[in-house]
Amino acid sequence: MKTRMLSLAGLLLAGPALADPDDDTLVINGEIEIVTKAPAPAHLEDVFDTIISGWHYRNDETQAIEADDFENPGMLGVEAARDDWFEVAGTGEESCASCHGEPEEMAGVRPVYPKWNEDAGEVRTLAMQVNDCRTSRMGAEPWKYAGDEMTDMVALISSVSRGMPVDVAIDGPAQSTWEAGRDIYYTRYGRLELACANCHEDNNGSMIRADHLSQGQINGFPTYRLKNAKLNAVQSRFKGCIRDTMAETFEPGSPELVALELYVASRGNGLSVEGPSVRN
Amino acid sequence: MKRILTGIVLSLVLGGVAPAAEIVPPADVPFDEYGSVETSLSGTPGDPENGRALMNKGAGNCVACHRVSELEELGFLGTIGPVLDGAADRWTEADLRGIVADAKRIFPETMMPSFYKTGGYVRPGDGFTGEAAEGELAPLLTAQEVEDLVAYLMTLHES
Ligand code: HEC
Ligand code: HEC
Repeated sequence: MKTRMLSLAGLLLAGPALADPDDDTLVINGEIEIVTKAPAPAHLEDVFDTIISGWHYRNDETQAIEADDFENPGMLGVEAARDDWFEVAGTGEESCASCHGEPEEMAGVRPVYPKWNEDAGEVRTLAMQVNDCRTSRMGAEPWKYAGDEMTDMVALISSVSRGMPVDVAIDGPAQSTWEAGRDIYYTRYGRLELACANCHEDNNGSMIRADHLSQGQINGFPTYRLKNAKLNAVQSRFKGCIRDTMAETFEPGSPELVALELYVASRGNGLSVEGPSVRN
Repeated sequence: MKRILTGIVLSLVLGGVAPAAEIVPPADVPFDEYGSVETSLSGTPGDPENGRALMNKGAGNCVACHRVSELEELGFLGTIGPVLDGAADRWTEADLRGIVADAKRIFPETMMPSFYKTGGYVRPGDGFTGEAAEGELAPLLTAQEVEDLVAYLMTLHES
């Protein structure tokens, strides 16, 4: 009871974040200019002035790896997916290329996903769309939702849109899914009772032990993480963050994580597509 | 039978005539209207050395969010919560017990986890496995661990 007034001093001692995002600029292969900071989209204006790619929160060495495709190990996944792209599979004797031509023709697709699909009457992630092509058009087996083949393919489709601004729709038929995702973002899960917003909205720029908290943007996905030395699907990252709150997680591909992906993507509307990015 | 015997042996070991220490269960913690707790949760004095160890261990893991100059040697201390230097000058023991047991009573909405409660969770998990928790949940810290942490925090005076 004695010195409650003084406790303010303690709070002030915490001071400004010790490690703010840096001011470097990202140009990939000396030619693809990446917008890594942008004005917050209208729906986020009360929260942030500026939205910031996770790239800014990584150290110079990690940042440099992403700036050069020959250095970026995520590009090995992109190359593997290029083979899959042209490979005939399933009973239809077709490949992705039979319908879509070169992978480069997918430029402009990544920025608008997750996206409402009128025929299916649902919001679809890129992974859902890829599996729909495989099963209903090619007569092939679906890939595991966040498995290597799928994540590599999403990386390929992302890579040809690098530099384009993320622009997912949040109104119209997608709105209710978007709202469900927003509810999840602000729910304090698990025995530690932490929401996405506790770490990535209220405390980005702070350190949680050795980790420098970013805004948790997903414009860079799939992400090659030096920590596990592989490409990581966005919903695997979500699952990991929820697990770290001592919670029962959601599975990749579940309606909850699909809704969350749409919502978190929309928080990055205006940043460039950056995947496959490199993080630690 | 065996359990009764152990109980008797234990209370003998713990000093014979003195009544065995009373553990206050998480649901019965007597928070005052401010969120402080006057009485010990375990009835046994806290051990500041163990409290110091808990700052960087297990479910406590306080240094994920807090810095303490005296613990700087551990490296990579978090910057989310206030620096805890001088905590014993700013707060009473009862306040600190309340903060460690359930910080949300003194700081509504705070990000700090509630370490001595067992319910009210959304999708509680089985540790960090990502699986659902089964059966009755234990609090994140035991009553004695809370006391040990409070004893440690009470050593943090502004130098
Ligand atoms: C207890 C803290 C915590 C919570 C809660 C949390 N995260 Fe994270 N998250 C981290 C840390 C630490 C990292 C790694 C550093 C970084 O990129 O921010 C991270 C990374 C991420 C990334 C990768 C960013 C990048 O640039 O590669 C995304 C995306 C993300 N989190 C989304 C979420 C979402 C969505 C939720 C809620 C479902 C969530 N996080 C909850 C701590 C948390
Ligand atoms: C996930 C982050 C987090 C963890 C873990 C955490 N705290 Fe805190 N703690 C905070 C925040 C944030 C505050 C500031 C209160 C507020 O929200 O206004 C705080 C406040 C405090 C205060 C009062 C601050 C002062 O100096 O005036 C004490 C004492 C404290 N915490 C002790 C602990 C102890 C002991 C542990 C571990 C058993 C712990 N905390 C774990 C985030 C955390």
